[in-house]
Order: sequence, then structure tokens, then C-alpha cells
Amino acid sequence: MKFFSAGFLTRTYAILMKEFIQLRRDRVTFAMIVMLPIMQLLLFGYAINTTPRNLPTAVLLQESSDVGRSIIAALKNTRYFTITHQLSDEAEFDRVIRSGKVLFAIEIPANFERSLRRGDTPALLVAADATDPVAAGSALSALGRIVQTALVHDYALPQQEPALFEIRSHARYNPSANSSLNIVPGLVGVILTMTMLVFTALSVTREIERGTMETLLAMPVKPIEVMLGKILPYVLVGFIQASLIIAFGSLLFGVPVIGSLTLLAVLSTLFIATNLSIGYTFSTVAQNQLQAVQMTFMFFLPNLLLSGFMFPFAGMPNWAQTVGEFLPLTHYLRIVRAIMLKGATFAELQYDTLAMFLLMLLAMFVALRRFRTTLD
Amino acid sequence: MVPASDIVIDVHGLTKRFDGRAVVKNVSMQVKRGTIYGFLGPNGSGKTTTIRMLCGLLTPDEGSGKTLGYDILTETDKIKRQVGYMTQKFSLYQDLSVRENLEFVARLYGLEKPEAAAQAMIDRLGLHGREKQLAGELSGGWKQRLALGACTLPGPQLLLLDEPTAGVDPKARREFWNEIHALAAEGLTALVSTHYMDEAERCHEIAYIAYGELLTHGTVQEVVDHANLTTYTVGGKNLAPLQHELTGKPGIDMVAPFGASLHVSSRDAKALEAAIAPYRKQPGLKWEKSEPSLEDVFIDLMTRAKDNFQS
Repeated sequence: MKFFSAGFLTRTYAILMKEFIQLRRDRVTFAMIVMLPIMQLLLFGYAINTTPRNLPTAVLLQESSDVGRSIIAALKNTRYFTITHQLSDEAEFDRVIRSGKVLFAIEIPANFERSLRRGDTPALLVAADATDPVAAGSALSALGRIVQTALVHDYALPQQEPALFEIRSHARYNPSANSSLNIVPGLVGVILTMTMLVFTALSVTREIERGTMETLLAMPVKPIEVMLGKILPYVLVGFIQASLIIAFGSLLFGVPVIGSLTLLAVLSTLFIATNLSIGYTFSTVAQNQLQAVQMTFMFFLPNLLLSGFMFPFAGMPNWAQTVGEFLPLTHYLRIVRAIMLKGATFAELQYDTLAMFLLMLLAMFVALRRFRTTLD
Repeated sequence: MVPASDIVIDVHGLTKRFDGRAVVKNVSMQVKRGTIYGFLGPNGSGKTTTIRMLCGLLTPDEGSGKTLGYDILTETDKIKRQVGYMTQKFSLYQDLSVRENLEFVARLYGLEKPEAAAQAMIDRLGLHGREKQLAGELSGGWKQRLALGACTLPGPQLLLLDEPTAGVDPKARREFWNEIHALAAEGLTALVSTHYMDEAERCHEIAYIAYGELLTHGTVQEVVDHANLTTYTVGGKNLAPLQHELTGKPGIDMVAPFGASLHVSSRDAKALEAAIAPYRKQPGLKWEKSEPSLEDVFIDLMTRAKDNFQS
């Protein structure tokens, strides 16, 4: 049996042209194609790039010493911390942080200066409100440097490794080391997932809701032609979006593309096609456009959370990692980060490429099986 | 006997159920090549469902048959190539222009020169100056013409038109029918569903469907003759009280006002004569035995079908 019957190309082209014209007429969608990635990039990029400033901090001084005062002065000098509370006992220490009045509480214990001078590496106790781990994270990592610099500067203590003191932070703290270098490549994948899924998720349900499906089905067109005709125009759209994000990413955030741009383009196209296929599959399952959008978000959420974009993939429990392997974004994140930041070549990315390709074929297979050529 | 190749639609015992409820019951029909076949029936009688089964858009639960010689169960792809189906609701792309819609159809059917074919159809439809207008912005009449144009564009042998004139003004309706007759003269067969009685008169043959059952078919004359209905037309002034009195009287099946006159009909001629005898001598009334109208016949058929349906 011939897989592609005569006229396959003409009919696919007919659908493709129609989709392009409809896309062009739909001003809102058209604007979204350009605006959405830029807006997201700016919001995500700058929100995450901006180091948190003026975090409310409480200080508990258990000894009255020059070192203590010097540390506090140094904290005030950086714009990370604003000392809002001077505490007098440990009960208060717990209370202010629990009530959310401060994000940090720092305790300089008794005999800190003496231990320091003796070289005993005394502990500086820090409690961080981990409900905002990103904010806490960067300030906390800065804290060590600040104190060290203050002591070296004020007391001419030798700059030495390991540090003169230790920072003992409470367990609620989540060490998140995201940087914009890490975020921007990831954003390429996240934005593409979101927009691509929605575009095709609506494509079939829209025809059903507008009643045009009846005419379309009464004509001699095959499911595979409808599918390809509806997916292909958006591959171009996705390609434009990906280019926009990468261009702005390197322009605004200085994110480099160390590896091959061609390889990045090819694999991004594969990722775009995979998401479009999945969206199209939703479209053949959903009864109406609302359901299609809901399915999209049901799928988008695990993509966002379990792909390694929000949380380090390796840090996730096994079951979550297994789920993650079935999400195209997981594989694309590895690919895009590896190419842009580490200059990886195709040989190193074969597994993730194959995984994405298989996911695409699976989605297309389901979509073709689900597509009803009758109105039954 | 008509040769088999000249029978365009030949289906037997078509039945379709939705959620266990039969919408079309045991429908058989034959349509000869080159005829305009009127498919009449009230709303919700199963016209659309039957048409959809004929062009392969719905799979019948029971029954079988052929459209254009192709099996409606297994060869729907071939049927779709040769059949132009015009849906009840306008279902071309509202956000595509007239030209773009036509070109889209031309390409899907693999016409050699889609642009030229679309242009020829624009000329034929008299859509000059409107070809760049979005289909959604056209008036009802123009939308119907465009839809007809789109389904005749690929040169089908059979047109299935589902209530093409619903909600269209009388002038546009007349033009539409003229166009259908012109197409039939070119050798096309057209099955046209409608619930306008007057449109039945424009068809070569008609079939009447109600409650999913095909109640009668043939030429208009045959349908009227088969009904075995005796009808008297009563003329005169102030007929309303008479209508009230006659309605429901034994021997009278139907009393319906037609303009300035009243149609009184029955299936039993003798009983009717007896029933109206006392009124025939009333002054100011003019009784005349007449041919029942198609509407009389259909209402009668429907009433009887409804009785069967409810029992």
C-alpha cells in the first residue's frame, strides 16, 4: 500500500496555505507570536537576573565586640541586607523570622571575636526564610564574602582558605544556584512549549466549533494531510520565536552560543515539531477549544516543573525523573544548555534527540488514530 | 427499467442511531442521473443525517447502498471526489476571502490551475469586485452562492444541497434555483433538501421524510395521487367559524386555511361528503372539489406518521 497517495503534496499545501492566511488575519495571535516570547524573556530574565536587595534582616549580638560591629556595618554597606531588628535574646530570634518580619536573622555568638583571633573557626548562625529560596540563596551566598571582606579589611586578618569562620545556616534553606545563563536557554524551551502547544491544540477543535470541519471532511483530504498542513506553518512560527529569544537573550543578558548555531537550529526545529504534534493530538481528543486549552496546561505544568527548568533534574526523586524523561522539554533543555553554554556537538546529544523524535512520532501516531474522518 | 449506471443514488434500509435513538429509519431511495430531487420534510426529520450518510460523512448503523456506484460504507474517499456537498450552515472559512476559499477548494481537489479555476467561478457567480471580501462579511444570499460555487468548482457529478435556501430572500432563492436548473441541464444530479413546499414544485422528483421515515416519493403528481386525499376548497367570507366547526368532525381529517379559502380534506371520500353535506347549502359559501395541495398531502402524511410514531 502506498503511504502517500497521489495529490498528497497538493492537498497538504492547500491546508498549509489556508492556515497561513488564517494566521495572518488573526491579528491577536500574530501579535502574540512576537510579543509573547519577548515579554516572557524580559520578565523572567530581569526578575531572575536582579539580585534581591534590601532584604529585612534581624541581628542578635551575643557579645559586644568590634568584630560584631564591623560585621553589622559591612552588612549595612552592601545593599543586600537592611537591618530592621536588633534582637536581645534567642526567643525573639525565632519569633521574628517565623512571623515573616525578616527574611534573615543573624546571630553573632558569645566569644566570637576571641575564637576568631585564636583561629578556632567560630560559627556565625544564620536563619533564612526559605519560603523564597531564590531571594535567600543569593543573599546567603553573598553573606560569607561580605563578612570575610569586612574582617580582612578592618582587622588586617590574613585572607585565607578555609575561611576564618563558618556560616551555619538552618536546614530550611534550599541552595538554588540559578543564573540568567542557566535561565535564558531554558526559557527558549519553556516559551516554545507554551506557544506551540496552544497553536495546534486549537487547530482541529476550532474547525469543529466553527462548523468548517463538515466541509473539510466532505472533501477528499486525508488525516495525515490535514495534520501536516496544520503543523508545518507553525514550525516556521516557532522558528521565528526561538530566534527572537536567542537573539534577545544574547543581546540583553549576554548569553553566549558557544556551540554550533546550525545544530541548535535543527534540533530546535525538531523540538518545535514535537510540541506541535502533541498539541495537535490534544486537538483531536478535545471536544472544544476550552478543553484543548485545559489539556495544554495540564501538559505544560509537568513540563515546567519536572523538566529541570525550575528545579535541578538530578535533585528530583526517581519517579519524577522518569516522568521527566517523557517530556520533550526535559530533552530540549539538556540540548539547548549543552549547545549554548558548553558547546556540545551532536554526538553528545544523540540520546535526547532520539527521545524527542520518538515522542513526536508517538504523538503523530495517536493523532492520526484519533482523527475522525466522519462526523459519527 | 433504468440502467444501473444512470442511478446515481441507490441506497436501501439506511438506519442511523444517535445514543440509541433512531434518527433515520430504514430509508431507501433511488435518484436518477440528471434529475433535481427534492428532499422534503420538517425540521429534525432526518434530512441532514440522510444526506451525510450519502456522502460518507456518517456511517449508517444499518443498510447499504451506493452513491455514484461507490459503496457508501467502504468507498467514501471516491464518493467525496465526485460529490459536492453544501452544508446547511455556511461552513466555508469566514476568515478567508472569496477567492482564497475557492482556491483552497480547488487545491484540495487537485485541480490543475487552482487560481484560474477560482477566477472562472468568480466570473460565473458574478462575484466580481467581491473576490477580496472575507466570506464572513458576505450577505446571506451571497454566502449561499459562494457555497454553491465552492461545491460545484471541482466538477462533481452529484450535488447534495442541504437546505440551501433557508433564510434567503425570495429573489436570491429564485436565482439560486435557476442556477441549480442550469447545472442540471449540464448533466449534474442534485439532491436538494428543503422545508419550503413551493420549492418541491421546482423539482423533478420529490421524497418526503418525517420522524426519520421516508413516507412517500415520486413526481409531485404521483405523490398527490398516491395520497388518496379528497379535498374541497371552500370560498366565502368569514370562514373562521366554519373552520372551527369542521375541525375534528368525524370524516374530516384536515381543515386548513389557504388565503381567502379553506381546504377541507379526508382520506375517506364518502365520509367527507357526508360530513360536509349540511354546510354545502349555507349561503355565502362556495364549495368546490379540488386537487389537494402538496402541503395538504404532507401534513396528512405527517399526522399519520405521528400517530404511528406515538402508538
